[in-house]
Amino acid sequence: MQKQLAKMKQSLFDQGYLDEQFIQLEELQDDANPNFVEEVVTLYYRDSVRLVQNIEQALEKNPLDFAKLDSYMHQFKGSSSSFGAKKVKTECTQFRDHCRAGNADGCKRTFQELKKEYATLKKKLEVYFQFARQAGPVEKACRPK
Amino acid sequence: MMDLCGFSSPRSDCFPAGLRVLVVDDDPTWLKILEKMLKKCNYEVTTCNLAREALDLLRERKDRFDIVISDVNMPDMDGFKLLEQVGLEMDLPVIMMSVDGETRRVMKGVQHGACDYLLKPIRMKELRNIWQHVLRKRIHEVRDIEVEEIYTMRNVTEQQSDDGKKKRKDTSANKNDDSSSSKKSRVVWTVDLHQKFVKAVNQIGLDKVGPKKVLDLMGVTWLTRENVASHLQKYRLYLSRLQMENELKATLGGIKSSNIYSKDHSSTNVCLQNPLSQTSITMQQKIVTNESYKNLNQKDDSKICEENMNGIISGPTKTKKALLGDVKDPMKSNTSRLSFGHSLPKIEVQSWQEEKSHFQADKPRVASIEPSYGNTKSQGIERVTKVESTAALFSVQPQLTYRHAFEHNLFGDVAGPSYRLWEDELNCFPSQGFSDPPYADYGYHGSQELIADVPYHSLNFDSDYTSDSLEYPVIDQGLFIA
Repeated sequence: MQKQLAKMKQSLFDQGYLDEQFIQLEELQDDANPNFVEEVVTLYYRDSVRLVQNIEQALEKNPLDFAKLDSYMHQFKGSSSSFGAKKVKTECTQFRDHCRAGNADGCKRTFQELKKEYATLKKKLEVYFQFARQAGPVEKACRPK
Repeated sequence: MMDLCGFSSPRSDCFPAGLRVLVVDDDPTWLKILEKMLKKCNYEVTTCNLAREALDLLRERKDRFDIVISDVNMPDMDGFKLLEQVGLEMDLPVIMMSVDGETRRVMKGVQHGACDYLLKPIRMKELRNIWQHVLRKRIHEVRDIEVEEIYTMRNVTEQQSDDGKKKRKDTSANKNDDSSSSKKSRVVWTVDLHQKFVKAVNQIGLDKVGPKKVLDLMGVTWLTRENVASHLQKYRLYLSRLQMENELKATLGGIKSSNIYSKDHSSTNVCLQNPLSQTSITMQQKIVTNESYKNLNQKDDSKICEENMNGIISGPTKTKKALLGDVKDPMKSNTSRLSFGHSLPKIEVQSWQEEKSHFQADKPRVASIEPSYGNTKSQGIERVTKVESTAALFSVQPQLTYRHAFEHNLFGDVAGPSYRLWEDELNCFPSQGFSDPPYADYGYHGSQELIADVPYHSLNFDSDYTSDSLEYPVIDQGLFIA
């Protein structure tokens, strides 16, 4: 189980879904908070729903309020960076670039990509955490190679 | 409950363990993570997701926290504003955080007084060392006192060189006390307290003011000389900055100076400022040679940077000194000053007379004069007018003797045109387009309170102003740079 878990994690890193920050969070796990990372990720997905909705609504306006969108995305990026959601973060940056360039289409396209990455990561992490729980007590955070 | 370190945590004997941190972030994910990280550092953590809530917490229990960490982007209040207020009211070190690491933003943070700016994602190691900011601040507070002593000494020295020596002796004797008592409880300079302070200062006269005298006069038993010295220094710097503003505004003559504080009007102001700007810049250059102040400024600047008031003070101070140097002569003849001052020295009284003719300044209340800037004769009028309009509000306030004397003594010359009550400033600000938020933020209500607040708030300029002040070195641009 542990091995499988490690493999899963390694793969997530290799594929660029997660970055160093994830490890940082795992290192915070202890007896007091054995499932700390899972809690954080759960909190993130719950809290960001509202933000995603706001952005979607904002993208439907015409013309687009780039400043507002940029601001939303700034928040979103901040949140996503909290647990190392690498691909999501990249899309956020891309989105902000489009905002600054006033590129409405770019924003919309990127946002679709972002949502995809966001959803994909969620699924992958759900599986990962399920495994983690099953694998037993907190394992030491191990850095992927 | 305060132990030697000034930390009231039971674990304070193993500083930095037990450091009391207040974390402010509207992102619940980050709040959770930061809380955990800080706890891992053995710090005592309190979380907050609203800026206003954070301010309430800070105000409610003044000595409850050692350091504040806040995100720059908050829904209810701009993080920079929070930063300013915390620095001013509580004088706590504040660390800013953001996922945005743009130089511009970081600079703004520094200008507003942040002692550090962390980029998200934040690592544990970055949080482990935040205690250094707390320590640094305490050390600088001690230095403040020393600087203050020197300042006081200088004032006196200019008048009586003999006494200077005595003062020096006194100072060195006191220094030892200062160092040992550097660990003091944090003082929150409430409006009331500040009023007492200003009153005392005015009574003594800026030329003679010193922390001990002010403390004795204030009669606040729990306040220490160090507290007063530190605050006095900030006050001086504040006055200097105001003076400079006044001077500039005065120069602009009939132009609505209200815009000086507003970024939006910067372009207008810049143009108008040309006449003065040259002088300002020249003066500024001269200031560089003004050793004593330069050193003082540098010290102040670095110190201020540690404290959260720096953005407001450091810039203007430099410029001011510079201006002062040159202004001396022109000042002599020009002074369109309003001085009230039972305790004003002769010269000041004279200017008072002059002033009188200029504006219907019949009220015994004169705005304090900032360090003389020279050219401002007629401009003082504009400023004065403003004062007049708000004069009624300040009937309670002590006089500007302090400022005037300050100016006079420091620079050996009568201060320049615009005088402004410490308190007046606040009232004047709104009319100058000063944004309301600063007031609102303090949560003070009612005219009486507003008046009372004035002095206190004077130190807390809105972010526009604050960010500009650091660029004072080039005055004409300085005031208007966002």
